[in-house]
Amino acid sequence: MKHNLILKIVSKFLIPLIIMFALYVQFHGDFGPGGGFQAGVIFSSAFILYTLVFGIDTAKIIIPPALLRILASLGVLLYAGTGVAGLLLGGKYLQYNVLASTNIAGQHLGILVVELGVGITVASVMLIIFFAFVERGRN
Amino acid sequence: MQLIIDNYNYWLVIILMMAGFYTVISRSNLIKKIAGLNIFQVSVFLLYISIGHVKGGAAPIIEEGVKLYSNPLPHVLILTAIVVGVATTALGLALVVRIKEAYGTIEEDDIHKQDQSL
Amino acid sequence: MIDNLVDITLLTFLTITAIAIIRLHNLLAVVMLFSIFSLLSAGLFVVLDAVDVAFTEAAVGAGISTVLMLATLALTYSHKEEKSEKTPAHTAWLPLIVVIITGSMLIYGTSDLPAFGDASGPSQKHVAPYYLEKSMPETGVPNVVTAILASYRGFDTLGEVTVIFTAGVAVMLLIGRRRKTKEKNKAGEDIET
Repeated sequence: MKHNLILKIVSKFLIPLIIMFALYVQFHGDFGPGGGFQAGVIFSSAFILYTLVFGIDTAKIIIPPALLRILASLGVLLYAGTGVAGLLLGGKYLQYNVLASTNIAGQHLGILVVELGVGITVASVMLIIFFAFVERGRN
Repeated sequence: MQLIIDNYNYWLVIILMMAGFYTVISRSNLIKKIAGLNIFQVSVFLLYISIGHVKGGAAPIIEEGVKLYSNPLPHVLILTAIVVGVATTALGLALVVRIKEAYGTIEEDDIHKQDQSL
Repeated sequence: MIDNLVDITLLTFLTITAIAIIRLHNLLAVVMLFSIFSLLSAGLFVVLDAVDVAFTEAAVGAGISTVLMLATLALTYSHKEEKSEKTPAHTAWLPLIVVIITGSMLIYGTSDLPAFGDASGPSQKHVAPYYLEKSMPETGVPNVVTAILASYRGFDTLGEVTVIFTAGVAVMLLIGRRRKTKEKNKAGEDIET
């Protein structure tokens, strides 16, 4: 497509900003609005913008679908694994108090890891669904 | 008059709910049905959040000097419900794509005719 | 006063958009109006002091849902075809009657709800003050919604992550592969390649 020179240059400028904003929302979910879900959706929208402008073949070189499948399962494993870690360290399932030396530090660590797992899973699943829709239309 | 001031929010949200419900049961195009279902879902979320709203309150983020907060519990429920809603929409749209490939059309009347003529 | 006015204006716009979605036949316009509906409802959530919910609704409704609907439109209608729904053969009286009856029963049911914005309603009394007071000393996280979502009600969030993972797996199963093209061999039967 010869006509989308403007789109290509503007999106090369915008996509790093979108990814940075997604990381900001993920890690500042404790202090303002935000958290795992919003960050995952914004992160995946950066890659959807890349796919729309540059084509699906280039996008699949950057994020191979096999990696997306591994990442989706990794997020759920991180969440459930935090619960099991609470069990192994002497507390109940998904009890964050025992994860660190003090109660509040344990809660901070638990909430951080859990939201990270949620964000990773949501971002990969949105991309999996989008790539599936795009791939179906090609012959 | 006091009745209207107390409840106008709920009544308008119920009108939205019924608009979405009407789209689902009366139109035969599958994509319009999914759009109507989403309208219904969003208006249900609006009803829940209106119940939790407190006049003169702030968003539920703890700050110095703020005395009155909105109820945080409906926000948590609706956050989960929004994400489950998008999962349902994505699955419904994938099913629409498969129905189109199997029947050749996405109008519900034509699909019923093809099913009955087998 | 200004709050109520903004509230009523946004709800009126939402109702007009919903009625336009019902009446329009062009599906591309319906998808665009659906995206506008999501964005307006995100604005309404901000007016009602639900900032986390507004963030999620704007990102998910006006972002992912619209993109997926446009992708479905591209997959189900071919490039040259007119993307519109068939005009209905007759006006639908039975759905209209059902909708009016259900709506009036629901409006009658709202007479039991507390007044809009009441700070002494039964939903503000039981668990919410506990969370608002105890979340800072027990978890140290100022955002009460994140504290409830990740710590107090962590099981529900685990179920939600599993639901979204299952949706990804199911979409992969349904449309994960390239479309199989059907050919007919000499005997007139379908073989799939």
